[in-house]
Amino acid sequence: MTTLQAPPIAAPRPRARPRPWGLYVAGLLALLLAIAAIVPQLLATHDPFALDYARALQGPSIRHWFGTDESGRDLYSRVIYGARESLLIGLGAAAVGILLALVLGSLAALAIRPAAVVVDRFVEVMFTFPALLLALLLIAIAGPSAVTEIFAVGLGTAPGYARMIRGQILAAKNSSYVEAATALGHSRTRIVFSHILPNALRPLIAVFALSVGQSIVWASSLSFLGLGVAPPSSEWGALLDAGRGYITQAGWLEVVPGLVIVAVALTATTIGRHLQSYLEKGEK
Amino acid sequence: MTISETTTDPVDLGLDWPATRLGVENLSVSFDVDGRQREVVTGVSFELTPGSCVAIVGESGSGKSVTARALVGLAGRNATVTADRLELHHEDALAFTSRQWRKVRGRDVGFILQDALVSLDPLRPVRAEIAEALRLHDWGNRRERAARVLDLLTRVGVPLARERARSRPDQLSGGLRQRALIASAIALDPDIVIADEPTTALDVTVQAQVLGELEKMKDRGASIILISHDLSVVAQLADHILVMRGGRVLEQGTAAEVLAAPRDDYTRALIAAVPSEHTRGRSLSSTAPAPDSIALGSVARTSGTVLEAHDLVKRFRAPDGSSTRAVDGVSFSLAAGETLGLVGESGSGKSTTARLALGLEKLDAGSVRLLGSAWSTLPEWRRRRLRPSISAVYQDPLSSFDPRWNVERILLDALRGQRLSPTARRSRVRELLELVGLTPEVLPRFPLKLSGGQRQRVAIARALAPRPSVLVLDEAVSALDVTIQAQILDLLVALQKASGVSYLFISHDLGVISHLSDRVLVMKDGRVVEEGAPDEIFRRPQHPYTRELIASIPVFDPGAFAA
Repeated sequence: MTTLQAPPIAAPRPRARPRPWGLYVAGLLALLLAIAAIVPQLLATHDPFALDYARALQGPSIRHWFGTDESGRDLYSRVIYGARESLLIGLGAAAVGILLALVLGSLAALAIRPAAVVVDRFVEVMFTFPALLLALLLIAIAGPSAVTEIFAVGLGTAPGYARMIRGQILAAKNSSYVEAATALGHSRTRIVFSHILPNALRPLIAVFALSVGQSIVWASSLSFLGLGVAPPSSEWGALLDAGRGYITQAGWLEVVPGLVIVAVALTATTIGRHLQSYLEKGEK
Repeated sequence: MTISETTTDPVDLGLDWPATRLGVENLSVSFDVDGRQREVVTGVSFELTPGSCVAIVGESGSGKSVTARALVGLAGRNATVTADRLELHHEDALAFTSRQWRKVRGRDVGFILQDALVSLDPLRPVRAEIAEALRLHDWGNRRERAARVLDLLTRVGVPLARERARSRPDQLSGGLRQRALIASAIALDPDIVIADEPTTALDVTVQAQVLGELEKMKDRGASIILISHDLSVVAQLADHILVMRGGRVLEQGTAAEVLAAPRDDYTRALIAAVPSEHTRGRSLSSTAPAPDSIALGSVARTSGTVLEAHDLVKRFRAPDGSSTRAVDGVSFSLAAGETLGLVGESGSGKSTTARLALGLEKLDAGSVRLLGSAWSTLPEWRRRRLRPSISAVYQDPLSSFDPRWNVERILLDALRGQRLSPTARRSRVRELLELVGLTPEVLPRFPLKLSGGQRQRVAIARALAPRPSVLVLDEAVSALDVTIQAQILDLLVALQKASGVSYLFISHDLGVISHLSDRVLVMKDGRVVEEGAPDEIFRRPQHPYTRELIASIPVFDPGAFAA
């Protein structure tokens, strides 16, 4: 017998599936973040507010893992204690953004025609403004604070999500299963709540996770600009802002919080992506 | 240039031992699935001689397409192809490297795939696609290739070839696309052409043209391997037939042997399953449900006219602002217990007519009355009360089910309109399943995990749930394998006998229509061009279009081969 390929090896070798190492790392980081946010005492090595001018602006060492700031406070502990506020702002902003988007997107897709068109155009106009501009506008009106920051970032990101949600709802609305439900004589309200919304909003879980990462980045940029939470809070953006003056002498004051923000955003994004592909697989 | 000039076989055809172009002996294909070898094709053998056609017939999953791919070295990366002999032009093809295969494909073997829209690059004009086939084999220079492309398009019957060559695939009709694909497959005059379901997505008149092209190629001396699930297509062209199922060849022989005197039960079932006007009143499948086994009275019995459409008009606005009449003055009436067949090609307006009848689309003019009362003129909230009287089964049941729901939830949901206690509702779900020949085991399963036939049964169960008087079936059996189609058609006949439900049955398939319908409406360009009893229409078609349509049906008469 002749063969095109080498004959199969007697013992079937199990095909190795690629392991999602990225997800494992992200999961571990998420766990650490959760601990830092809920019980920072478990992870912190120092009191984040204890001043010690003798040890000001020291580089990373065994005693101070991330170094110290201009007042001698331990940067590692400040980052840990800053997790709660940073994550709350990120989660809050993502929640505000998605909820706002949900209302606008649903109205644009499902409201009676003139109203839907008005909402749709409004979202489109909002969408043309850079997100940062919308955020700055709100802060200019309400003044900087953590709560304003949440709403500012939420407002800035909402139009993009609103467009996406509108598209999802329209796709479900025009699907054959909705037509089949109409033909069965189900009421419009019933169809919206039992078919259209559940199917349209399923991917939103993943979008929310992605949005948390994005919101944290946005919020820290606002704080860095001095438009969000102000020092002495150890919110990560505020840490960046505080370290700005010492960037030449003590670079770690900028680099460490910056890396933490990047790591957290990546964590949220990685989990979001995996959630997304998992949900898509479930649909097929 | 014609095929005969370049494909003259070195061996004189007058010899009583014709030269073999492709010799296959004991071909097997297996796939590596998670480290385990799964054999999907076992022991296929045949010889392909000049000017002949070998057909491989089978249903989905029979291994026919995998066989075709293995013959041109396209079985795939994780496939293992073995054979006692696989000879292409007397060369051992099993030893071919992938570079050698690339040389052979296109030059010696042309491959025509089923779906031209997917197989052609959507962003390139078809002439670039065809010229590419030539360029890859270093055929001529740019100008010669351009001339050749026009020649090829003309040869496969593309009218206005010069203009059409510049079109992208989406700008061409299905028939023209398929021809462009054929043109690219035969660009280098290969003497072997493998056609994998070449007419499956096409209207019957276009199918007739494409089959005509293949026939001409065969007459010019090309050897054709035709892969199809459709026995009537195969009967047109094949000299030799292999019937495959589950990766094995169940039966093979000359077309006359296989079609007129099938030895295998499965072949017999396949042949018996083809619906036509001769099969009216006969069950197509061996597992046909006896009418008395169906729970009687499960559907509301009515009498008189149940659905009446008067002068329906529906316009659609084109992007350029003009409007076309998708449905233009269609009238019909449907009596209780009757089946009205609506036949036409794609774009004839038959599906829009169905949606108008179901009250899912707003009418521009005309009216529909349901069970003697106003229907199309009512606002949706008032229509809802009448909705249980009319329900629908679609071509693609999968997309008509909410993907988050399992069978039980789908059926419970369909019963929602009736005020039933939870226990009554559950027993009604089981009753519905029994009605359509399913067991309660399917209840927790999701439609995605069901077979095509099971899905369509669930769709029928759902449609019957509200005890309708009218069932609108829009291409409800078109996507099914012929034996499954036969079972579903038998089920529909039995259900109607038992319950007196009326069918508005829409199909492009004249065979199915004539098997099932009491009266037939022929639609073209939104208008009804002919109406009557099926045998009237098929014996004495009045309208030229109906005549063309009927002439295009591949004649499938197994008895004719016996002569």
